[in-house]
Amino acid sequence: MKLLTALLGTVATAMVAIPGVGYLAAAVARRKDQPWVSLGPVSTFPKGETRLKVITPSENPLAQPWDGVTAQTGVYVRYLGRDENFQDQFNVFAINCTHLGCPVEWFPQSGLFMCPCHGGVYYENGDRASGPPPRGLYHCVWQVKQSQGEAEPQLFIQAPFLPTLQHTLTDKG
Amino acid sequence: MIKRMYHWFDSRLGISDTFMPMLRHPVPSELAGPLGWWYVFGSASLTLFLIQILTGIGLALTYVPSAGQAYESLLYLNYQQPWGWFLRSLHYWSGSAMVVMALVHMTQVFLHAAYKYPRELTWVIGVGLLLCTLGMAFTGQVLRWDPDAYWGVGVGAAMAGRVPGAGPTIVDLLLGGPIIGADTLSRFFALHVFVIPAILMALLAVHLWLVLKKGISVPPKPGELVDPATYDAAYEEELRRGEPFLGEAMLKDVVFSALVVIVVVALAALAGPKGPSAPPDPTLSGANPRPDWPFLWLFGLLSLSPPAAETAIILIMPVALIVGLLAVPFISNRGERAPSRRPMAVLLVVVIYAVLGVFTYLGQQSPWSPRMLAWSADAVPVNLVKKMDQPLSPLELQGAVVFQNKQCRNCHALEGIGGTRGPDLTTVGTRLTRDQLIDQVSNGTPGGGNMPAYGKQMSPAEMTAVVDFLVSLRPAGTKAARTPSDPSREKSQGSGK
Repeated sequence: MKLLTALLGTVATAMVAIPGVGYLAAAVARRKDQPWVSLGPVSTFPKGETRLKVITPSENPLAQPWDGVTAQTGVYVRYLGRDENFQDQFNVFAINCTHLGCPVEWFPQSGLFMCPCHGGVYYENGDRASGPPPRGLYHCVWQVKQSQGEAEPQLFIQAPFLPTLQHTLTDKG
Repeated sequence: MIKRMYHWFDSRLGISDTFMPMLRHPVPSELAGPLGWWYVFGSASLTLFLIQILTGIGLALTYVPSAGQAYESLLYLNYQQPWGWFLRSLHYWSGSAMVVMALVHMTQVFLHAAYKYPRELTWVIGVGLLLCTLGMAFTGQVLRWDPDAYWGVGVGAAMAGRVPGAGPTIVDLLLGGPIIGADTLSRFFALHVFVIPAILMALLAVHLWLVLKKGISVPPKPGELVDPATYDAAYEEELRRGEPFLGEAMLKDVVFSALVVIVVVALAALAGPKGPSAPPDPTLSGANPRPDWPFLWLFGLLSLSPPAAETAIILIMPVALIVGLLAVPFISNRGERAPSRRPMAVLLVVVIYAVLGVFTYLGQQSPWSPRMLAWSADAVPVNLVKKMDQPLSPLELQGAVVFQNKQCRNCHALEGIGGTRGPDLTTVGTRLTRDQLIDQVSNGTPGGGNMPAYGKQMSPAEMTAVVDFLVSLRPAGTKAARTPSDPSREKSQGSGK
């Protein structure tokens, strides 16, 4: 009887606990896929200029329909021109400071990103310039692709999740 | 009639049999006297907690815990719902007061060494209650769902993301998804409304049970030592001479709680609700996130900690603080209780509050943060460009423009106006030579310190102009700085003008 009680109790507990843990862990699973999102035609990015490009809630593939304005994501895009193989080259940075995640602001006049929280500063190529950040800005994964029916090639990035020091947006950081 | 109904219920539920002895339980006789005023802070925290429950339920009737609509529902509470602004205000001020009261209560218990035998567990549970209260403060700040809330979660995630190995997983569990959004707000809502209050109430029940079970400590007297072997008998003797709690002792609790409530309500009515400041739009520029006051000290500490020690401070310090608090009654649960005989304890309290106070002040001032608008908002002071004895040359004037346009002003003040991350440059011409200035501006702080290198951010002409302007920044009649070993260079430094 004792054994039966213990057995039944364990089974009942597990039956409740396993779906519960699975439910909570779903957040970890949701991060697996990194869908691509278009930032518009390459020609909309002037060479050598950094632009804050806003991905609206309806464009953001990571958003829930009820995320509202928080699903809006900003990335800094800098068109570097073409390399020797005539391939378009970009820098695309997440908005988050690598120190503690605050939003950095771009100052075109001095060519610097500045963070309002603790004064982290980055150069236009994303490298750390000064202040407490332990590294440069997080790079987004980008590619230039011309879809069928499109007049010109478009810049795509993998929709950025919230990057942290050990989980950056790219494999190499 | 009412009396008979009460008796009907009472004879079945046993209300007076259970609760009247609790209310009448004897407490040390000093508590009926003036020393009893030391014992009012715990019950005041409880009173404020009751206000939090009531106002919290009220707010939950209107607040929408959805990332897309929380902000609008807060505006509705503030401006349209009758008394909505007051309920929000009271919830904020009473919550803040609860943090204060819990800290005061804890400090009193520590100074009077009431945590010593047999009340070690009461202290340990109390530490849990403090953590729950701070947890409520943080999760409550997130529910305000404005940029401070949004970036507060971001900072929390960035800190959690530094945990070796498990960091990213913790971040996912915290956010509930890949971005800060609906899942995040729902999570913090559940924590704020269900999880933490449940834990808090459970701990509170044990805390109060222990107060009844182990009794209220006698006010400490110098020379009266706590000895676990003899304490219980002596305390029982004390209680035999004691007074029932229901009486003078309880009246003090009621009077103090009433005063606290009046002050909190007055503050709530006069100061109004906190925020929401702006929609939680992560692309909104000009965000300047600050945590609520209970966490400003941490904000300050993180800004000032050296980068090498930062991860250790983020991850180890909170654990060490909690373990330290929990360990208090186990480090010493016997001996002297009077503060006058425990100088180290008093010193510790003074040092801890001084440190917290200084970091909170610095967090409030945040002198390390650049003033993002200073470059375009704060003009160069007129008397620096229109000197009576020495009008600036066109090149120097151009340098002043470069100085503003390159956002130097965001970190460097002129005559005290502007950023304070770097030094005030009002008289920099007397401190650094032209060569030193060129080196400083081009290369920044060596080793990647506080100043970025502007070498690639400026054309040679801009560099010449801005350095000329900086050399001109010195009080009337003073010469430009020069290298003592090389007096021949004096002329080339522009001091001959």
